[in-house]
Amino acid sequence: MRLTLKIWRQENTHAEGAMVTYPIDNISPDMSFLEMMDVLNKELIEKGESPVAFDHDCREGICGMCSMFINGEAHGPDRNVTTCQLHMRKFKDGDTIHIEPFRAKAFPVIRDLVVDRSAFDRIQHAGGFISVNTSGNTQDANATPISKHAADTAMDAATCIGCGACVATCKNSSAMLFVGAKVSQYALLPQGQVEAADRVQHMVDQMDLEGFGNCTNTGACEVECPKGISLENIARMNRELLKAKLL
Amino acid sequence: MAQLFQSSIGRKVAMALSAFFLMVFLLQHFAINSLSVINPDAFNEVSHFMGTNPVVQFALQPVLIFGVLFHFMMGFILDFKNRKANGKSYVKYNGAANAKWASRNMILSGLVILGFMALHFVDFWFPEMNTKFIQGDWSGTAEGVEGLRYYEELRHKFVNPYRVGAYALAFVFLALHLNHGFTSAFQSVGSTWGRKKLLQTIGLIYAYVIPVGFIGIALFHHLTH
Repeated sequence: MRLTLKIWRQENTHAEGAMVTYPIDNISPDMSFLEMMDVLNKELIEKGESPVAFDHDCREGICGMCSMFINGEAHGPDRNVTTCQLHMRKFKDGDTIHIEPFRAKAFPVIRDLVVDRSAFDRIQHAGGFISVNTSGNTQDANATPISKHAADTAMDAATCIGCGACVATCKNSSAMLFVGAKVSQYALLPQGQVEAADRVQHMVDQMDLEGFGNCTNTGACEVECPKGISLENIARMNRELLKAKLL
Repeated sequence: MAQLFQSSIGRKVAMALSAFFLMVFLLQHFAINSLSVINPDAFNEVSHFMGTNPVVQFALQPVLIFGVLFHFMMGFILDFKNRKANGKSYVKYNGAANAKWASRNMILSGLVILGFMALHFVDFWFPEMNTKFIQGDWSGTAEGVEGLRYYEELRHKFVNPYRVGAYALAFVFLALHLNHGFTSAFQSVGSTWGRKKLLQTIGLIYAYVIPVGFIGIALFHHLTH
């Protein structure tokens, strides 16, 4: 495949960035998107140019590190995949591909396509956990009866990998799908319900503090989420917050 | 309670509650306006009751005005905050790939509706307030009109084709606004009903039947005057 790549290049957080055009040839349709980026970077290094900085780690759709906005969509045009799971067969020979970093005020660009998503970590630290005495006499979690529906729904919420595609794709840069999933995975289980009221308030407070926008329920986040996290998690978070504040 | 409405979710809930209130109001407004096509005498009677009943005028009307102003103001505040949360704009952003146009442009449809409200107030509400509160005429009658005046005033407004066109355009945007707003309001208050087929169908019917009905009423009076 012969492609034209238009990639956002930015030296550092404070530098002015710009789109730079790179023609690339001999790309196999079976390559992953990141492998195609590796080919480009090898060529750039051989030419003595600076390679394109991008985040990646596991390259199997689990770590949530790869974070590219490809042709106007988070993680590209495919559904339920991360950028590392996107394959070049999804594009046509001769295509022009726009590659940009995830955009949000709370996700500042560090360099090129790498953004700082530590705001998500701070939201998790604010309440995305359960308090358990781990002195050695911890009760086996399986000893607590949990309905199949609750276990499945909690597990679905827990599949959120915190990649930030929801924020990147949201026209309001809202993080409510991420926070909704994290609130839900605990609120649905008995072990998490003990601290549910504090958790949702602390996490929502931190989310607001980080400067994420308000959800307007467009549903774009659900469509672009590589793990298919449901909007129902946002409704559940809203319910949890109302319960915590009013009851 | 005050703490709740300072949070992003609290503001969404407030927006949704005002939306529910306005949707109920719109339904009763449509029901009354429909009478002007079906039974002009009944329309006159109901209009006179709404225009002179002290509970409606001094209790419900201020609540309605507050609800309308609140919904618009909160819409602008949320939009301003959301724009502030965005970083640099994308060079290429394919919004149509994952969300409906109506859901992505609520502020635009809201602004068109706000423009319509200004026209509507100039057409009906300001003259009505002038007649009742400045001139002190609560009789519901007018010179040259036999019986109550409301039906004739309504028909007179829809003689002008440009006004009818402006009304029709505004109601198209109202339909788009409701198309997203109806189910979105349920999601905002924490309900998953908005994702159920039944409520989505009711929402679609509400979003299109009422605006199309209002356009039909305006056209009926324009064409039969």
